[in-house]
Amino acid sequence: MWNYEKRLQYPVKIKNPDPKMAMVIISQFGGPDGELAASMRYLSQRYVMPYREVAGLLTDIGTEELAHMEIVCAIVHQLTRNLSPEDIKKSGFDTYYVDHTLGLWPQAASGTPFSATVFQSKGDPITDLNEDMAAEQKARTTYDNILRLVKDPDICDPIRYLREREIVHYQRFGEGLRIVQDNLNSKNFYAFNPAFTNPKSSDCDCNK
Amino acid sequence: MNESKDLMNVIYETGFVIDDVLLYLDTHPCDKKALEYYESYRKLYLKLTKEYAEKFGPLNKTQINSSNYWTWVQNPWPWEKEAC
Repeated sequence: MWNYEKRLQYPVKIKNPDPKMAMVIISQFGGPDGELAASMRYLSQRYVMPYREVAGLLTDIGTEELAHMEIVCAIVHQLTRNLSPEDIKKSGFDTYYVDHTLGLWPQAASGTPFSATVFQSKGDPITDLNEDMAAEQKARTTYDNILRLVKDPDICDPIRYLREREIVHYQRFGEGLRIVQDNLNSKNFYAFNPAFTNPKSSDCDCNK
Repeated sequence: MNESKDLMNVIYETGFVIDDVLLYLDTHPCDKKALEYYESYRKLYLKLTKEYAEKFGPLNKTQINSSNYWTWVQNPWPWEKEAC
């Protein structure tokens, strides 16, 4: 189960609304490489992960991604407060506003709705971890793209934090992949799928 | 108001240490130095969040201690600009 903690993982304090920038940043809520997809990807994959260290990693990173989703949503929310109909028309936010007013809805910057088709849960530890490492890099690229468009330091600050977390997660998933491979036949990693045949649990040296 | 902000800033920093070391320990469960590091920040985090809850309101459901008013809904939600 989960417990809610009544604080953001990293603070968001935006003084000036900017609906145009909100329409770009919303992609990291419901877009193809966004935080919602990241969280659902890892939390879906963890059930058949045969090694407890890596299942723990999927649980804890999947949980952290929920906190990142909340940060992205807080940014979009604070960028779209107190808008006049003129602000909405002038900024191009009208195409979002007509369907959602100022409510948060998971979509990509293009307007494409959130979809589970942007991630996989393949039931093969090597395949899933390679997807997870790629996903972290894709999210990092998206944050780099956002940072090229943003000038306001109030927005840059939490975006830079989120970008750095993608790099840390990539590193940890790389270590997870190493743990998986250390448990497999070193002459043929693909001899069998440990999530389907002959699953093992934790085999940390200190527990033997 | 400033005291709550200062305390929340330390909670942000301490909470980050815990979140980061948590992931490291998942893939390095035998690292004694990291285990000790986690333990020291875990204790500090519990102390700071307890102090915050007593002074400014609950951060999680086990800290809600209301007799006259449901304090969980009294303070700003984290996404509000008015939050700490």
